[in-house]
Amino acid sequence: MPEPISITLNGRTVAAQPGELLIEAAEHAGVFIPRFCYHPRMEPVGVCRMCLVEVDSPRGATLQPACFVRVSDGMAVITDSDKAKKAQDGVLEFLLANHPLDCPVCDKGGECPLQDQTLAHGSGETRFVEEKRHYIKPVAIGPLVLLDRERCIQCSRCTRFAAEVAGDAQIDFAGRGDLIEVAPSPTQPFDSVFSGNTVQICPVGALTATPYRFRARPWDLEQVESTCTACAVGCRIAVQSSENRLTRVLGLDSDAVNHGWLCDKGRFTLDAVDGNPESTDPLDPRTRLTAPLVRRDGQLVATSWGDALARAAALLRAPGPDGVGAIGGASLTNEAAYAWYQVVRDVLGSPHRDAQFGDGLDATLVQALPPATIEDAARARVVVTLAGDLREELPVLFLRLRAGLAAGRSSLIELATGPSALRSLARVVVPVAPGDAAEVVGILTDGARPSSADTTALADARALLGDGDGVVVVLGRANLLESPAIVERAALRLAARYPAARFLVALRRGNVRGALDMGLAPSWRPGRVHDAHDGGRDTLAQLAAMRQGTQGAVLLLGADVLGNVLDTAGAAEALAAAAVVAVAGHGSPTLAHADVVLPALVQHERNGTVTNLEGRVSAVVAKVGAPGSAWSDVTIAAELAVALGSALDYDTVESAAAAIERSTGYPALSVLSDGRLEGVLAASGEVSMRHVLDPIAFPGVRSTDEVGLASFAGATVAATATPEARGHIVPSLAEVAVPAREAPPVDAYAWRVLLGRRLYDHGAALAASPALAGLRAPLTLGLNPMDADRLGVGEGDEVLVRGVSRATPLAVRLDEGLPRHVVSLDGATGTIEGDEVIADVYDEGATVAQVRLETR
Amino acid sequence: MTHFRSDIRQRAEELVSLYPRRRSAMLPLLHLAQEQDGYLTDAGMAEVAQLTGTTPAEVRGTAAFYDMFHLEPVGRYVVGVCTNIACLLAGGEELLEHARRSLDCEVGGTTADGLFTLEETECLADCNVAPAVQVNHRYVHTTTPDQLDQLLEDLRAGRRDHDIPPHGTLIRVRRSGGLRVGATELAEERREAREAREAREAAAKEAS
Amino acid sequence: MAVLDANPIVTSRREMADSHTLARYLETGGYAGLRQALTMHPEAVAAEVDAASLLGRGGAGFPAGRKWSMLRKSPISYLVVNGDESEPATFKDHYLVERDPHQLVEGVIIAAYALQVTQAFIFLRGEFALGLERVQQAINEAYEHGALGRHILGSSFSVDLVVHPGAGAYICGEETALLEALEGKRGFPRIKPPFFPAVTGLYGEPTVVNNVETMSNLPWIVLHGGAAFAALGGGRSTGTRMFALSGRVNRPGVYEIEMVKNTFRDLIFDPELGGGIPGGHELRAFIPGGVSAPWFFPEHLDMVLGQDEVGAAGSMLGSGSIVVMDDTTCVVRAAWRITKFFSRESCGQCTPCREGSGWVERILYRLEHGGGRTEDVDLLLDLCDNISPGLNWPPQQTTICVLGPSIPSSITSAISRFRDDFYAHVHHGSCPHA
Ligand SMILES: Cc1cc2nc3c(=O)[nH]c(=O)nc-3n(C[C@H](O)[C@H](O)[C@H](O)COP(=O)(O)O)c2cc1C
Ligand code: SF4
Ligand code: FES
Repeated sequence: MPEPISITLNGRTVAAQPGELLIEAAEHAGVFIPRFCYHPRMEPVGVCRMCLVEVDSPRGATLQPACFVRVSDGMAVITDSDKAKKAQDGVLEFLLANHPLDCPVCDKGGECPLQDQTLAHGSGETRFVEEKRHYIKPVAIGPLVLLDRERCIQCSRCTRFAAEVAGDAQIDFAGRGDLIEVAPSPTQPFDSVFSGNTVQICPVGALTATPYRFRARPWDLEQVESTCTACAVGCRIAVQSSENRLTRVLGLDSDAVNHGWLCDKGRFTLDAVDGNPESTDPLDPRTRLTAPLVRRDGQLVATSWGDALARAAALLRAPGPDGVGAIGGASLTNEAAYAWYQVVRDVLGSPHRDAQFGDGLDATLVQALPPATIEDAARARVVVTLAGDLREELPVLFLRLRAGLAAGRSSLIELATGPSALRSLARVVVPVAPGDAAEVVGILTDGARPSSADTTALADARALLGDGDGVVVVLGRANLLESPAIVERAALRLAARYPAARFLVALRRGNVRGALDMGLAPSWRPGRVHDAHDGGRDTLAQLAAMRQGTQGAVLLLGADVLGNVLDTAGAAEALAAAAVVAVAGHGSPTLAHADVVLPALVQHERNGTVTNLEGRVSAVVAKVGAPGSAWSDVTIAAELAVALGSALDYDTVESAAAAIERSTGYPALSVLSDGRLEGVLAASGEVSMRHVLDPIAFPGVRSTDEVGLASFAGATVAATATPEARGHIVPSLAEVAVPAREAPPVDAYAWRVLLGRRLYDHGAALAASPALAGLRAPLTLGLNPMDADRLGVGEGDEVLVRGVSRATPLAVRLDEGLPRHVVSLDGATGTIEGDEVIADVYDEGATVAQVRLETR
Repeated sequence: MTHFRSDIRQRAEELVSLYPRRRSAMLPLLHLAQEQDGYLTDAGMAEVAQLTGTTPAEVRGTAAFYDMFHLEPVGRYVVGVCTNIACLLAGGEELLEHARRSLDCEVGGTTADGLFTLEETECLADCNVAPAVQVNHRYVHTTTPDQLDQLLEDLRAGRRDHDIPPHGTLIRVRRSGGLRVGATELAEERREAREAREAREAAAKEAS
Repeated sequence: MAVLDANPIVTSRREMADSHTLARYLETGGYAGLRQALTMHPEAVAAEVDAASLLGRGGAGFPAGRKWSMLRKSPISYLVVNGDESEPATFKDHYLVERDPHQLVEGVIIAAYALQVTQAFIFLRGEFALGLERVQQAINEAYEHGALGRHILGSSFSVDLVVHPGAGAYICGEETALLEALEGKRGFPRIKPPFFPAVTGLYGEPTVVNNVETMSNLPWIVLHGGAAFAALGGGRSTGTRMFALSGRVNRPGVYEIEMVKNTFRDLIFDPELGGGIPGGHELRAFIPGGVSAPWFFPEHLDMVLGQDEVGAAGSMLGSGSIVVMDDTTCVVRAAWRITKFFSRESCGQCTPCREGSGWVERILYRLEHGGGRTEDVDLLLDLCDNISPGLNWPPQQTTICVLGPSIPSSITSAISRFRDDFYAHVHHGSCPHA
């Protein structure tokens, strides 16, 4: 930190940081200056003029916007003079002149910065007798956002968010003067995956969210601070409910993670928690499971916990330790994952467990790569992406990276297999065809040896990488139809060549990292302890063993197997051949094969901790009570252990958390106990910093009586010792075993297939969310426009996609982000037709899937 | 397939090449889109977005800021009567009212035959011939009701086609010289000169 | 009293019907200034402009020479000419771009040479269709003539000039809004600091912005020397200036006259100039420098036309446009119409300007059209005070640009002088004079 300077604030001498905005310096000194357009996570624009204060200058004191002026040493500022007050009152009066003042029927009423600051600073009397501006009532500017133009105060927060933060100006001001209004384009709705943020930061009720509109009034809301588990970023959220019904999720501002932003999936899939109260079909993802089920005469029927647990214990015990295994865990809390680890490994004696579905990365590689935090990646000199489209996979990570790139702090090298929303900000784009990543990285890292495959892009990338210092590699699975060995080998090559580089492993599922840390992966024990001798079958191996009859029983830990593996037919065959005990909160097609279903609590109903992709542990907190007789996973595990004849030494989340800390040193209870926002970066020992609750910046997350005084809640937990310091064995990269895979020979007629992930996929969360289900992309065949030209097809034309044993007609979608000679199956997973195409072309042993195309 | 006719598209690309950054061509391109379509169609704005590297929302938002761009169809002749201060003092409001009655068309509206759109304008910078009137942004110097009626008649009869093109056609003189000497080359030179200068400055800074 | 003490500088071709053609321009000494400039060191050209003490003609009256040299931190990248001319009652640049486009182009090339800038733009008001065509034609001809493009007129200097059409928005005359428009955006003025585009301008690079008339003076200054220019006029107001005279006068028009040597009375009443008020009516008030300026009254008639003189009296010479109001003029209506203009043209960023202009406009409309209340008069003043605290000139501001504080000018002028007219409107429900 640079030397502080001093300024005179209302006659008082206070310290400030050089270059700091006056509005912030004043706030740190305890002086709140009213504001509307200013937002601490965006560039100041100084347009609303609410923050005018008197600043001394050579020409005498002048009114200046405190949100735009930066402090300088010796600056004299008066925020409460008659002149400053009159200017501020004047602005407020102007803002209210045309405002409809419909607070009683406004969604924002009760948590509205305009209302609050009017109460705090306004005069109360209106001198405006003219006709107000009138607009047709709310217009839907996108599928999730409504705009009420009468209430808009033209602060430009929403338009700036779209352009500056999300990088996609789908909305902009139109018109001029007092007719200026927020508008989408006439041809493209505001369907950004970040649209909900504009609703949250709107300082009035001009933007409202369709799913939340009129759902509740702020003063009825109770809230807890929690963590979003829709993906592995782990954004900090406030979860709100009214009368034991979930009503809303808002982003909280955490320096380390999400800066207050959320994606629309995290924000709006809330309605999937309760599902459809009408639905009782256990195969339907909209069914909330509320009672234990057992299969009788081919039907799943409700039963007592005692009966269900006894049946489950019998089924799991029968095949013996090597004949049973567990699949899943990424949707659990760490405490639940730990308890289930103990049931499987210690009680049942089985080494077979896996929280991934063959669509992730080798757990040993994940743990052994030198780790980077999100903040590291956002501030890296060079970011390398060897991953899918981050905006679709880990949206808020995309925002964090984008900010660094747009500000010119970082340079981006994309090792690009498919389209990417970061592309326009990339310094170097190296096209990588499916199956070729390891080879391309090989040429990159072997730069000394000239190769005909060397390109200027690779040379540029090499120059930018230097010796690897300040480099963060974001590593994920760009292509689910490609063997993970390809990208794993590529990562090993990068790590070997650039020892200084660090890796942010972009696994996607909510708590997959926590599940791995709790030992739900072959060769891993809780607390990130590597045990190479333990072995065990991963998910795909377990399914194969079930098909072959060597594994007779499986325990599904919140795992919708059929919704997650690529070979759905093979998985169905495997599940049909084995005894299946499923622990689940919602229905799913997988339960067609379940023999026992144990109903568990899901997000917002349970307490515990989760670990995000960077290894940061934070708390999830229950906001609503359990439905029916569902239990927490920890309780279910403890009771099942009893039924299996050997009790665990805990039976609540709190005691499980204590057990984790006691036996592994992994932070759990310390995070939980405060029930607040702390997090600990267990990976590198770094500790999270402050999080900020600013009701003007992020309205709705705090009651109105504390308006304006930002609080810095959430003291940090002391840094726990790093795993090394605790004596844990961190595997060396040499221990990472990656099977050899050859890229298939180039064949002029074969098209390599790319299957990336979409945020709005056809998975269970979306299927059960009325707000978002309609936004899922239909199944299409992505083609580079040049390839399409060559084939003589255009957008929407049908092409026959010929796989191994079937040919499927698919509509073409032109996609400039795709490399040449590659097709993508966009929106495929989870659709019936898409699953069939995928199952047809997917071969676990193959490097990459291929198809042939026929045009008519 | 572009929405712009090939000749318009070619001029559009020439315009883009005149500027160091392509978004700068926004206003000229929007004028060009109006020249083709008479007003800004969705397809025209989409093409401008593509040419300028912006989103359709930004194109619409930018266009809607400016009075000369029309997001709805307008008449072949847009008649603007100024009522700002100098023209007000010379009877601008009365002339506008006369035009309204003559055309049987509200201010801001278009005549039933689609020939005329009537507008009240701000100062047209022709205050010595007040009240000032423009048709398709050409000064017509008709300051009395009679002159105005005569003009409308002439326009209907096509007698002013030589000097008043249909709405949207702003500049009939094509740029010739600039493209011939190679704006891109100059830009390249400029860039090199700037980089050299920056290198010099950086070196100087380093030294001090 | 000699009105035209000097031969005109920028309107020397006013009698010639073909003044816009290259042929006529060359015949009348065109491009001689540029040829002269190219024989000089660029700094020497700039020094002449500095010596001329040429004040910017766009409204703010900042010395061009100082803008070119002192304000910049690093070499200038772009030269942008402001031809947006939309200040009501201002029509001098309209004259220059239609009648003498080559003089403008030559001036721009000279400035580009002096600043060593290879890319220049002329931003022209979109409604100037003929002006746009004439300037484009002049640019084309200048390229053909070798005065633009690579190695102009055999020198080693290269420069490209592009004419950029505006699209109808007064605010784009404000130089930072103009740069936004030139970047393809809506014309939102940029927040200051930095106060001058010479620090960060077009694309964030140092940029000089000058008015059309300012540029049009340069050929003469280079040919005759800065000292000759400075010898005209007096004090800080050197040279000649184009005054646009309109409103209730017999001979409205553009008159180029020597600065300081003439008074407002000369301009309005001299038979060769304004020729007095029609029908022998009495002068009530006049606007001395565009509608942003506070009004003057009969007692100001003998003030000389000089920047500092007018400034000291609490108004400004601004864009050099004078509007005459006589005893047939309803001042409430005049103030309302001017305010309506500002309300329509506010860009919409700053709350006081966006909402304030609309509010006061609606009050004035009511007063003029028969819905006024006595308390409206003081309400107007207080609202104006919230837009420009203190209601002084030069104004204080609560806004990003000075459009905001221009809103009160006509209102406070009218009320301070003719308060009774406002009350009369309240009582009669309409103008008692009309
Ligand atoms: C609202 C507003 C409108 C303006 N309009 C114009 C204009 O139309 N033409 C112009 O040259 N300057 C205009 N200006 C002044 C410019 O900002 C700038 O000072 C000028 O172009 C600089 O050129 P100069 O130094 O040669 O006068 C305007 C300023 C404001 C605040
Ligand atoms: S004062 Fe008015 S015109 Fe100027 S920037 Fe602010 S809103 Fe725009
Ligand atoms: S101008 Fe400072 S908060 Fe809006």
